[in-house]
Amino acid sequence: MSRRMFSRSLYSLQYLSRSGGFSPHNSSINPNSKHTVLAAFGRFLHVRPYATTPQPSASASSLNQTELAKFAAIADSWWDAEGPFKPLHIMNPTRLAFLRSTLCRHFGKDPFSARPFEGLKFVDVGCGGGILSEPLARMGASVTGIDAVEKNIKIARLHADLDPIASSIEYRCTTAENLVEEQMKFDAVIALEVIEHVADPAEFCKSLSTLTVSNGATIISTINRSMRAYATAIIAAEYILHWLPKGTHQWSSFLTPEELVLILQRASISVEEMAGFAYNPLTGQWSLTDNIGVNFIAFGIKNSQ
Amino acid sequence: MSRLIATRRLASNLFVPRLATRTFCTDAPTKLNEVPSGSQFNKESKEDEGFMNDVPQHDIAIVGGGMVGMALACSLASMPLTKHLSIAIIDSNPALSNRPVIKKDDPPDPRVSTVTPATISLFKDIGAWEYVEQHRHAYFDKMQVWDYTGFGYTRYNARDADKDVLGCVVENKVLHKSLLSSLQNKDFNNTIYSTRLSSISLPTRSSVSSAGASVSSPSSKNLANLAKLDLSDGTSLYAKLVVGADGSKSRVRELAGIKTTGWNYSQSAVICTVEHPMENFCAWQRFLPAGPIALLPIGDNFSNIVWTMSPKDASNHKIMNEDDFVVAVNHALDSGYGPRPESRVFGGDVISSFFRPDVTSSAHERFEPPPKVVKLASDRMAFPLSLMHANQYVSKRVVLIGDAAHTVHPLAGQGVNMGYGDVSSLSNVIADGIAVGSDIGEVTLLKKYESDRKAANIAMMAVLDGFQKAYSVDFGPVNILRAAAFNGANVFAPLKKNIISYASGEFKLPFLS
Ligand SMILES: Cc1cc2nc3c(=O)[nH]c(=O)nc-3n(C[C@H](O)[C@H](O)[C@H](O)COP(=O)(O)OP(=O)(O)OC[C@H]3O[C@@H](n4cnc5c(N)ncnc54)[C@H](O)[C@@H]3O)c2cc1C
Ligand SMILES: C[S@@+](CC[C@H](N)C(=O)[O-])C[C@H]1O[C@@H](n2cnc3c(N)ncnc32)[C@H](O)[C@@H]1O
Repeated sequence: MSRRMFSRSLYSLQYLSRSGGFSPHNSSINPNSKHTVLAAFGRFLHVRPYATTPQPSASASSLNQTELAKFAAIADSWWDAEGPFKPLHIMNPTRLAFLRSTLCRHFGKDPFSARPFEGLKFVDVGCGGGILSEPLARMGASVTGIDAVEKNIKIARLHADLDPIASSIEYRCTTAENLVEEQMKFDAVIALEVIEHVADPAEFCKSLSTLTVSNGATIISTINRSMRAYATAIIAAEYILHWLPKGTHQWSSFLTPEELVLILQRASISVEEMAGFAYNPLTGQWSLTDNIGVNFIAFGIKNSQ
Repeated sequence: MSRLIATRRLASNLFVPRLATRTFCTDAPTKLNEVPSGSQFNKESKEDEGFMNDVPQHDIAIVGGGMVGMALACSLASMPLTKHLSIAIIDSNPALSNRPVIKKDDPPDPRVSTVTPATISLFKDIGAWEYVEQHRHAYFDKMQVWDYTGFGYTRYNARDADKDVLGCVVENKVLHKSLLSSLQNKDFNNTIYSTRLSSISLPTRSSVSSAGASVSSPSSKNLANLAKLDLSDGTSLYAKLVVGADGSKSRVRELAGIKTTGWNYSQSAVICTVEHPMENFCAWQRFLPAGPIALLPIGDNFSNIVWTMSPKDASNHKIMNEDDFVVAVNHALDSGYGPRPESRVFGGDVISSFFRPDVTSSAHERFEPPPKVVKLASDRMAFPLSLMHANQYVSKRVVLIGDAAHTVHPLAGQGVNMGYGDVSSLSNVIADGIAVGSDIGEVTLLKKYESDRKAANIAMMAVLDGFQKAYSVDFGPVNILRAAAFNGANVFAPLKKNIISYASGEFKLPFLS
């Protein structure tokens, strides 16, 4: 089953290489366009610290301090739709449409309801300033938002208090693995644009899986390594590094869709849907595509034990 | 595996709400409260301390319950994703609460609108067209436009654009009343505030920083991000989104600091209702040296006159005695200024032989004289012609629709149709926003409405302005060119199809498509 997924994705890789580069982020096309913003954002949010980052001590922590420091530094701008998180803001309606569609179908909810998620418990892992948590709450879910950065949680709380519905969100500065220890369970566990910042994606996925009720949903979005792989030679090295034995910590990098499907499978999550996001610089909008070559989102179901 | 393959299907079906067409509930009890009450207070909000309780909170405050504002309320009440919204309608117009009865045999009001097929389908979607049909209204399927020099004429026929009708003429009060009736029949949470807006306080900052935390109580913070509207009766209310549907002198626009671009023409229009011996199914427009005169059917033996002239002539025509006015109207429509067009000076047949496959039958239709007016049937009104366009339609928690965003002269009868285009677009944008949990007052969401409508409205205004310039001045011999244009329009069916489509609200000018 997953073999066909691979080949399909390989197809998109070939397609990308044939087209001679990655136009969506190729800032040489028009230096003044939104491309530049995105590319800059991509660099900022996704470039990994290749310098030897001291790893958090032996315990199975998902924290990557260098990454977290970056987010702390710009926490004030989470809700500035024109600020560094602009790409997340403009991508938001598209990924929420994906969540609405997949979750309504999975949980048998009315897609014409204004609050289809009423009665469902969601956790937004790595919620940042709450850009995703708030719409989910407006769509009726009871939402817990967690983030490893205290400052993010503070901003999220402040902003949610501006809206009576959003103020029902429970924000906590903690990690997925801590919630596991507390034996928390959720109908849907959502971690968008987070896995590329954690120390050990496989362990992280295991935590997400443990937080998901049996037959519940786990949704992950991230950026495909393929893009960086073609963009810089350093990533090519990392591509090789990912064959290194688990635990070298160099594994923590952008994942390809195949890798994500695999590590989720090992964590008892079967991926049922996958979609790509495409940015149209003319309209300034994102839309869903079946090209998972750059940004992609995976919807999985926790196997019933 | 098949799931992955299914992604393409998934992706293309994702915007479910857009595909979802409106549903109606007609059996619901009337929920049109006439008195504002604190009980509308948003139940979702946390219990608040003290006086805050008295200030009602709504999702949307529509300022101006005119033809456009009421249509927005109806439209929101008709869509599954928006019908739960709590709406405030602010307007001191007594018609909103008194429910005046319109008698069918009252003489028609001179304020009428030519509604396009696009507007008719909006009214059908929101359950208001059935009420229009219970009152006087006049569909027309033909239009004849000609020139006083006698050189040219053109006839438009609904068939040219594969339509049954070109439009329908309805009194403004009938449109308004139909929207009210439709709204009363919906199970929809709306409150009418019979007063006027005096000021708005808008949230100042959109971003939140960690500094400045914990100063205010949770409840007042809830409100700090909303728009606060102060009304002229001394009461206030809060809303997530303020819709300025308050007409061309919009107070909302002024308070939001939105500038306008506009210009006046040194011309006025005289409008009134007239009677003729037989029912009329054609819209007539004749170009005179000082501007066009139009005769629009409005049902029974009545038609509406829109007559453009200099401001001085307009005030004369407004006060002259009725018999003289009727003579002047017939002179302007048919007997005066110049001969009726008889033959095609520019050899239409020669041209049409080149374009035979595209020629429509109306190209061969004969010129017809307009009906003879026998009686004035209403007051006469005169008003100056002008165009005005708001430089922006949106700012944080504020959006403009209808005449508040754009005011056009009534020559093409497009004024209110543009407003109804705004209504369709804005209600879809709000529904799409709700589908994905957006804050409906966010500029990023509202910008979608602006980009959707601004281009269409500006194009329409450019057309009307061009029309105005081309036909308002008497160029003497240049009239021949104008006549040629008419003849041209008559034989080049594809072009004409575009003109009709454009004028009937489909917005497909050749240079835009
Ligand atoms: C004399 C005349 C003739 C026209 N003829 C035609 C025609 O033949 N065809 C055509 O298509 N269009 C015509 N128009 C234009 C058409 O009437 C407008 O496009 C249409 O009425 C716009 O509707 P609206 O709801 O946006 O604004 P309006 O109809 O102007 O409604 C605005 C509403 O807002 C309310 N309001 C204003 N200020 C406040 C405030 N501060 N607080 C609360 N409420 C407020 C008013 O009471 C009113 O009910 C004509 C206009 C005029 C003036
Ligand atoms: C790119 S942001 C994404 C924010 C949000 N999920 C969204 O998509 O809008 C990544 C967030 O993950 C948080 N984060 C990174 N590592 C984390 C970890 N191990 N546990 C919890 N949160 C983490 C960061 O603090 C940051 O707020």
